[in-house]
Amino acid sequence: MSRIAPSLSVAIVGSGGSGVMTAGSLLLDAAGTVGWYGTMTRSSGPQIRGGEAAAMLRLSTEPVASPSSRFDILLGIDWLNAERFAAEIPLDRGSLLIGDAGATPPAVFTGSGARTLDLPLSELARGIEGGRANMVALGIIGALIGMPMDSLRSVLERYLGKKGASAVAASLAGVDAGAVNAAGEAGAFSLDTPEDASRELWNISGNEAAGLGALRGGVRFVAAYPITPATEVLEWLAPSLEKIGGVLVQAEDELASVNQLIGASFGGTPSLTATSGPGLALMTESIGLAVASETPIVVIDVMRGGPSTGIPTKSEQSDLNIAIYGLHGDAPHLVLAPVSVADCLFTTQWSVHLAETLQTAAIVLTDQSLGQTRAVIDRPADVAFVSGRSIQTQTVTGYQRYAVGGNGISPMALPGTPGCQHTADGLEHSPSGTPSSRAEDHLQQLDKRRDKLAGHDYGDHWAVVEGEGELAVITWGSSLAPVREALAALDREGIQARVVAPRLLLPVQPERMRQALDGVTRALVVEQSHGAQFFHYLQAFYPQPFELQSMAQPGPLPIRPQDVVERIKNMRTT
Amino acid sequence: MTESASKQQAPMKAKDYKSGIKPVWCPGCGDFSVLSAMIKAMAALQLKPENVAVISGIGCSSRIPAYLNVYGFHAVHGRALPVGIGLKITRPELTVLVAGGDGDGFSIGGNHFMQACRRNVDMTYIVMDNQVYGMTKGQASPTTEPDWERGKLTPHGTRINPFYPLVVALASGANFIARASSSDPNGAARVITEAVQHPGFSFVQIMSPCVTFRPEQRDWKKIVRPAPVEATSDPAAAARRLMTDDSFFLGTLFKGERVAFQPEFGGQSAPVTELDKDFKINS
Repeated sequence: MSRIAPSLSVAIVGSGGSGVMTAGSLLLDAAGTVGWYGTMTRSSGPQIRGGEAAAMLRLSTEPVASPSSRFDILLGIDWLNAERFAAEIPLDRGSLLIGDAGATPPAVFTGSGARTLDLPLSELARGIEGGRANMVALGIIGALIGMPMDSLRSVLERYLGKKGASAVAASLAGVDAGAVNAAGEAGAFSLDTPEDASRELWNISGNEAAGLGALRGGVRFVAAYPITPATEVLEWLAPSLEKIGGVLVQAEDELASVNQLIGASFGGTPSLTATSGPGLALMTESIGLAVASETPIVVIDVMRGGPSTGIPTKSEQSDLNIAIYGLHGDAPHLVLAPVSVADCLFTTQWSVHLAETLQTAAIVLTDQSLGQTRAVIDRPADVAFVSGRSIQTQTVTGYQRYAVGGNGISPMALPGTPGCQHTADGLEHSPSGTPSSRAEDHLQQLDKRRDKLAGHDYGDHWAVVEGEGELAVITWGSSLAPVREALAALDREGIQARVVAPRLLLPVQPERMRQALDGVTRALVVEQSHGAQFFHYLQAFYPQPFELQSMAQPGPLPIRPQDVVERIKNMRTT
Repeated sequence: MTESASKQQAPMKAKDYKSGIKPVWCPGCGDFSVLSAMIKAMAALQLKPENVAVISGIGCSSRIPAYLNVYGFHAVHGRALPVGIGLKITRPELTVLVAGGDGDGFSIGGNHFMQACRRNVDMTYIVMDNQVYGMTKGQASPTTEPDWERGKLTPHGTRINPFYPLVVALASGANFIARASSSDPNGAARVITEAVQHPGFSFVQIMSPCVTFRPEQRDWKKIVRPAPVEATSDPAAAARRLMTDDSFFLGTLFKGERVAFQPEFGGQSAPVTELDKDFKINS
């Protein structure tokens, strides 16, 4: 396993309107201009506006995926309700706790043994016309971590330029004041200079990456119903589709949005929507219609805490069961899961390609922590996966929409094609599409819909498989990042392990999994769900001669690498 | 909107729109006449069968796409309208009709009906209204009278107010509102023709008896009569007329002037790589 790259973790907290997210975003973008990689996760209270907020960054000379197990710096613009973030921002004796002079940090933070530093944030801001404490904070953090001031300045000018010269000047003055005031601590934390600062880096969120993957895959119609934490996918897609000749329609509910996709796809346009658990639950009947009528659609589920309304703003991997088992009848479909912010792009694009090629429904399971995390990443490669639907373009006599035989994929005639008129149907049907309740038609069509998926060669993208050893960790989605980090830490202690994280959850790939786990004698299953949904899925579809052990932890707290290390060390030996 | 066949080709006849599949309907069902009216309307408009799509949900009348030699989509219960909307927005050159029953359209699909009227996509929605769930064998529907006691789930009558589709359509913004009767297939064909030609969302209620579970509806043919006035483009005038409507006046009630909802689709466009700019840090 690779070593863990040195990284710096910085959290900024403050009450609503204090500019926490702005400061965090600017810091992340400035890091990108330096050539550092990074991530920024956000956390906020339940209020729509005005609640407390936290921006949590991790910067490194190498790509980073998961939040750190500890934070180097916590800066409170103010401390109102900041104790709510205590579990998300662990500090220790090596941490630095920075607050406004005269404000007392919550005991939950000071109790960690972190060194405290009072700086006159608000006083400095007041001394500048139009000055704001978040810009002073940005300057302080910049100085502490050795961020070149030119990088901060260029980012400020780019992002605040539209607010006018005086806004830029006030912000620059704030940053300078913060940097000067923190000069005594300058370089207290530092990161190496990037080896190659000329690489093309992107600043993108998982939700945006999923949207871009959809469009690269050929999606040109999106029907949308807003839902936290998926809305950013749709909000990025609305203007972006317009630029490339597509369209997004805001529907009246998720029942309408998924059915609009089916209509558009029936007309030949690759179609997609994004939702979260409650919306997916509403859509399931019609996802089954897409399967039965062999009309390709893609549904992204940005998972949040469940069941019911659950915890809309926090992450959990607990929609696996509904994605795998949620359709009534025997309804073979695709379920895929990206394993990182950047992978949201690839996996969504691949899902579009697969749904279109196999004429079925694909569910893409991302989650809040991937979707709403911003990351500085290398420019994502252009992969060749585009729609690839088999279309019947020629007029033929006796056209059969659901013809059986071959690989099970029957060319689809689109409206407008003379002589190929047919009715696509959610009722069981004969090869021509005529409704049928005959046993042989049912069996034939069930086989067709199963075999076209089972017979496809999904290639090496089916999973992330890394490392060696008799010990394996099997995980999925956003849990891969902390697992990778845990395995790197174990590697330094001389404990070898491999990790398997399937991107393709349906259809299952028993032979590929067998190869990936060849020689394994013990395996730990790591996931963020209370009911150990992934563990049970593995037991059902991938029975092993050795014991699978479960580490299942519900949201909203992220899985920490250190917890995975401990759990692996405490595994039962068989 | 509609499209004329090119002059070189032989004109389309009614039989060109029939698929030849035998309907599942009971003998005497009003839906046979509606099928015939739809075919007559398509022939009158000389639509190329391949350029017509008929979308339906679930119920007796929702079986209709398979009986037509056009493109059809038989979707799930209550969701035909969003399927039709997704198709029409992305394939505006097609003639899209959505067809179904009163349970499918006004109960499980009631919100989509309201929203489709609001959205005003250029399509025609035909509801074959028989005031009963026939396919599930005789339960009260949203348009059933409150004191109908033969509904198997409501033996004391529904005791709830019936749904007035024309009122809801008008209030929600449908651009064309009409009523026809299966007892007059030629009249129904004329109304459907007019509905397809009118821009925006056209709603046609067709009184279509269920002879099996509501045999008394056979008498509808004696009650229905043409409305004594012409269609209006004034929603207030249409609303006043609906106040005295007994659900058996036939003809076109309202022809609005709203512009159909049709976002630009597939027009001038930049390559997808153009979108990379959103994310490049050093660009």
